[in-house]
Amino acid sequence: MNSKSVRLVQRICIYVILLLGAFVFIAPFAWMVSTSLKPLNETMSLPPRWLPSVIQWENYPLAINEMKLFWRYTANTIFLCVMTVIGTVLSSSLAAYGFSRIEWYGRDKVFVLVLATMMIPFPVVMVPLYTLFREMGWIGTYKPLWVPSFLAGAFNVFLLRQFFLTLPKELEEAAKIDGANELQVFWLVILPLAKPALIVVALFQFMATWNDFLGPLIYLTDQSDFTLALGLQAYQSKGGGTDWHYLMAASTLVVLPVVVLFFFTQRYFVEGIATTGGKG
Amino acid sequence: MTKTEKRNMVLGLLFISPWIAGFILLTLYPLISSAYLSLTDYSVLSKPIYIGFDNYERILVDKLFWQSLWNTFYFAALSIPINLLSAIFLAVLLNFDLPGKKIFRTIYFLPSLVPMVCLGVLWQWMLNGQIGLVNQALWPVFDTFNALFGTTLTPPNWLADPAYAKAGLVLASMWGVGNAVVIFLAGLQDVPRALYEAAELDGCNFWQKTIHVTLPIISPVIYFNGIMSLIGSFQVFAVPYVMTNGGEGPGRSLLFTATYIFNKGFEAWSMGYACAVALILFVIILTLTLLATRLSERHVHYASK
Repeated sequence: MNSKSVRLVQRICIYVILLLGAFVFIAPFAWMVSTSLKPLNETMSLPPRWLPSVIQWENYPLAINEMKLFWRYTANTIFLCVMTVIGTVLSSSLAAYGFSRIEWYGRDKVFVLVLATMMIPFPVVMVPLYTLFREMGWIGTYKPLWVPSFLAGAFNVFLLRQFFLTLPKELEEAAKIDGANELQVFWLVILPLAKPALIVVALFQFMATWNDFLGPLIYLTDQSDFTLALGLQAYQSKGGGTDWHYLMAASTLVVLPVVVLFFFTQRYFVEGIATTGGKG
Repeated sequence: MTKTEKRNMVLGLLFISPWIAGFILLTLYPLISSAYLSLTDYSVLSKPIYIGFDNYERILVDKLFWQSLWNTFYFAALSIPINLLSAIFLAVLLNFDLPGKKIFRTIYFLPSLVPMVCLGVLWQWMLNGQIGLVNQALWPVFDTFNALFGTTLTPPNWLADPAYAKAGLVLASMWGVGNAVVIFLAGLQDVPRALYEAAELDGCNFWQKTIHVTLPIISPVIYFNGIMSLIGSFQVFAVPYVMTNGGEGPGRSLLFTATYIFNKGFEAWSMGYACAVALILFVIILTLTLLATRLSERHVHYASK
């Protein structure tokens, strides 16, 4: 065989592997949606049926009904998402500016400390944080879940700093000659240019809040305050465990906004994730 | 310091002040407080009572703690290499210029967006021993094998079997490998084409190129993803918690250290004890990260910039 046909065979092999893999990766989604549209007895049928005999759209309103406070959970989650996104974008961009656009003694050493804090997982500090918030009377409120986002999380500071470093120095020099102070440079020059990076940070924070489970689990006490993630788990563990069609419908409803958001913002997602890994 | 230097210092610190406040309140204070609380008997409702190293002594002989630690190491040792290898493998394949590669990339990435709780609920269903999709896919394989060799093997009962529960969790976590794939793909873009061309001139085939050119060049990315999945797997909590309906799995096979901290702290309200376990977990993660870093200094190739 000449090298051209070797190459063709190689490409076909790769294509087949990727197709099979894609099927495996889609299958759980397909299974989730198809289960969510089945009548209960068909969820248990053997051998399994890929498609319901009759599509039961009513499973969705029924699942929402079963979860009881579904819309309340949704509103709570959206509230937390809005607060944490605002907090994160504001505080991390300020801190990232301080770590990239101003030269001060010891700056890069402090930044190493920023990176180091990323290595401390939440379970390690959750007990003392809980006692701290308890002393402040914040347990059972949303404050432990959104106030910290106004204190510049390390990951977001890192991401924005990487972006700010790529902007040319001449920008702020020109603005300063025109008499702008540092805050004006930050707000009027850097932030507008950093819009793509800010969108990335906002997206990541939205996802993190939407997905967060452990935080709401320890801080929230009243069921009517639960987020969607916590509400779904509460429903599943309290006897929802056999109504697989409802559980899958509820799960689909929790996943769906994230997937839709991704399709509208794909470019930012992929660039943002790429930045976290390689371009450090 | 000159006047400008002083001014810049003040300005810099002002700008990073949200981070400083966060560092003190959300990192430094909890760590110090944790160290103190770990030396106390503290149930939240009453004041902490100093008891010296009692908690640590009890941890040393606490079977549940050791089991949780064993489970955590077991899961990490299984999931980190599997996830890294499959992510690199997929990234290398997705880096080929094939028709529809954008669609493939989206398909492989999408599951990593699924919230942990949904992932847990969905995979509890997927891994169901009787009607789960995983075993439905495995049955034909087992049937063929049994017919050929006259054996009577059956697919595992995943989450209901202590020997397979962690493997089931690894399967579920592999589904979310797309995030690492995207990072590797970005890394692959940095491999200079000229290097491949030189390797081709030397007669290297695809695997030789992958091993001698691609892997060394993307080794910093491997290191980064390795550290991330190390930290991630040592704090695994949400997915097993949801999969077991807030339990610990059969024979406590899904009792992880983070689960144990949660149970001790927020179920048994032994906050002092929970802090001691948390600090031990912290020291373990720190040690492993430093070890990995030392290792990487020898093997990770950084392009001189």
